[in-house]
Amino acid sequence: MNFQIDMNGFVALYIFMLAAFAGWVIIRGVPAILHTPLMSGSNFVHGIVVVGALFALLNASTATEQAIGFIAVLLGAGNAAGGYAVTDRMLAMFRLSGNEPKRRGKPRHVRSSHAGASASKKG
Amino acid sequence: MLAMMLQLTIGAVDLAVAFLFMFGLWRMSSPVTAPSGMNFAGCGMVAAVFGSFLYVFTIGAAAKPHLAVNVLLAVAALSLGGGVAWWSGRKVALTAMPQLVALLNGMGGGAAGAIAAVELFGNKAQGGAQLIVAVLGALIGAVSLSGSLIAWAKLDGILKKPLRVRGQQLLNAVILLATVAVGGYFIFVASNDLEPLMTEPHLIELFFGCALILGILTTLPIGGADMPVVIAIYNAFTGLAVGLEGFVLQIPALMIAGMVVGASGLLLTLLMAKAMNRSIRNVLFSNFGAVTQRKERSINGSLKPVEAADAGIFMRYATSVIVVPGYGLAVAQGQQKLYEFVKLLQAAGVGVRFAIHPVAGRMPGQMDVLLAEAGVPYDLIFQLEDINDDFAATDVVLVIGANDVVNPAAHTDKSSPIFGMPILNADKAKKIYVIKRGEGKGYAGIENELFYADNCSMVYGDAQAVLVKMIEAVRALGTAVAA
Repeated sequence: MNFQIDMNGFVALYIFMLAAFAGWVIIRGVPAILHTPLMSGSNFVHGIVVVGALFALLNASTATEQAIGFIAVLLGAGNAAGGYAVTDRMLAMFRLSGNEPKRRGKPRHVRSSHAGASASKKG
Repeated sequence: MLAMMLQLTIGAVDLAVAFLFMFGLWRMSSPVTAPSGMNFAGCGMVAAVFGSFLYVFTIGAAAKPHLAVNVLLAVAALSLGGGVAWWSGRKVALTAMPQLVALLNGMGGGAAGAIAAVELFGNKAQGGAQLIVAVLGALIGAVSLSGSLIAWAKLDGILKKPLRVRGQQLLNAVILLATVAVGGYFIFVASNDLEPLMTEPHLIELFFGCALILGILTTLPIGGADMPVVIAIYNAFTGLAVGLEGFVLQIPALMIAGMVVGASGLLLTLLMAKAMNRSIRNVLFSNFGAVTQRKERSINGSLKPVEAADAGIFMRYATSVIVVPGYGLAVAQGQQKLYEFVKLLQAAGVGVRFAIHPVAGRMPGQMDVLLAEAGVPYDLIFQLEDINDDFAATDVVLVIGANDVVNPAAHTDKSSPIFGMPILNADKAKKIYVIKRGEGKGYAGIENELFYADNCSMVYGDAQAVLVKMIEAVRALGTAVAA
C-alpha cells in the first residue's frame, strides 16, 4: 500500500481553492466586534509556518541552511506563541452585562431592550 | 513498515491540525464561543509542533550527520522565539496591540521567506512548478516582512510622518519589475541548468534584497489612519506566502491554514476599504492628505467650548446617551475612566450605549477591544449599521477623540474627500458633546461642520483628564443631593 499523496499539479490547486472559499465563508461570520481578536487569531493560525520552518531546519545540511532555518523557526515560533497569547488575552475580556463581577441589581434597561436584537444581527 | 507508520502518523497529525484550525476559527463567530475556539486552534498548533519532530526519521542522507545539531537548534529557536513572543504578548498594553499584531505578522512573513531561502540556497525545490511557487512565496513573504516592520515602526511612533518622494509610484514599479525579473531569471537559469551571469547564491540574495526594499518603499508613504487596511493586507500576504511554501514543502496543513488566512485578510481589507469609502488602490497609491487642498466651504456657526463639569452634569440628567469613541481615546488611555463615568450615568438611570465606526482606531475592531478591557459588556457596544438609526431619538452623543467618522460632510458635501463614506449620524442627536484635544482638524485635514452646529459643544482637553472632571462633577452632585 502506498500512502504518499502526490500533491503536484491540480490537487494542490483544489486544496488552495477550497481553503480560500472555506476561509472566506468562516471569516465572514465573525462579528465586527471581534475583528481585532480575529486579526491576531488569524495571525496565530499562519504561525503554522513554524512546522515548515522545522522541516527546513531539520533537513539542513550546510551552515547557511542551518542559520536561515534557525531564523525561520525563531520567527515562526514567535508568530505562533505571540499570536496565541494576545488573542487569548483579548478574548477573555469580552463579557455580557449579566456576568459583571462586582455590580448587581443596577438598572440595565439598555441591555434588556437591545441585547437580543444585537445578538441576532451580529451572529 | 516503520516508514509507512511514520508517514501515516505525520499525515494524521496534519489532518487533525487542519481540522482544529478551521473549527477554532469557525467558533470565533461569537464572543461566547471564541475563547474555546482559540483553545482548539492552540491544541492544533502544539500537536503540529510536536508532530514536526517526527521529520527527524525521514530526513535525507545529506542532513543525517547534522541531525543532533539541527534538533538542538530547533529546540533553542522554539523556546527562544516562543518564549519572548509569549511574554510580550501577555505584557503588552492593549493600546499597543496594532503594532504587536503588525510585528507578529512580519515574523510570519519572514519565516515563510526564510523557508523559501533554505529551499533555494539548498537547491531543494524539485521541478519548475515548485521553483516558481517557492520564488513567489519568497517574494510575498519578504514584502510582508519588511512592510510589516515599517507598519510596526509607524504605529509605534518610531516613524512619525509618512515619507513621500516625487515619482514614488514609478520607483516602486521599477523595483517590483526588477524583483520579478531577478526571480524569473533565477527560475529560468535553475530549471535549465544554464550558467548564470552571477553565482546562484548572489542571485538569490539580490532577489531577496529587492523584495525587502519593495516592502519598505510601498509602506513608507501610507499614513496612520490607513493602517487598518495595511495591517489587513499584510496579514493576507503572510497567509498567502505560508500557503505557497506549504505547497513547496508538500505539507497540506500549511497550505490550508495559509489560504484561510489569506482569504480572511482579503475580506478584512475589503471591509476596511469600504468603511473608508476608498478603493484599495487609492489607499496604497495615493496621498490622502495631498488631495484635500481645495477651497474651504464657509461654515456657519461657531465653536462653543464648555466646561467638562457642565457637560457631565447635563448627561447625568439625560435619558439616553450614545458614546462615540475614537483613536483619541486610545491615545489618552481614557477607556477605564470612560467606563467609570458611564457606570455613574447608568447608576443614575441613564441608558448608555457605545457606537463603533468600523475604522475607528488603528486596526479593525481596536475600539471594541479597548472597551472590553475597561470592562464594558459587549451587549452595550454597537456597530455602525446596528445603531445609526437610533441617534435621532437620543438625548446626548458624547464624541471622544473621533472626528472624520462623525463628519456630516460625508452626507452633504459632494466636494469633500470623505463624501460617501459611511458615518455615525451623531449630528441627528438632540445634543452633542465633543471631547477633543484642540481646535485642529481630523486626519483627513477637513473641517467638521458638526462641531459648529448649534446643538454641539466642545470640551477641550486630554480625554482622560476631561473624563476625570466629569466623574468628579457627577459624584459631587450625588453627595450634594444626599446632603
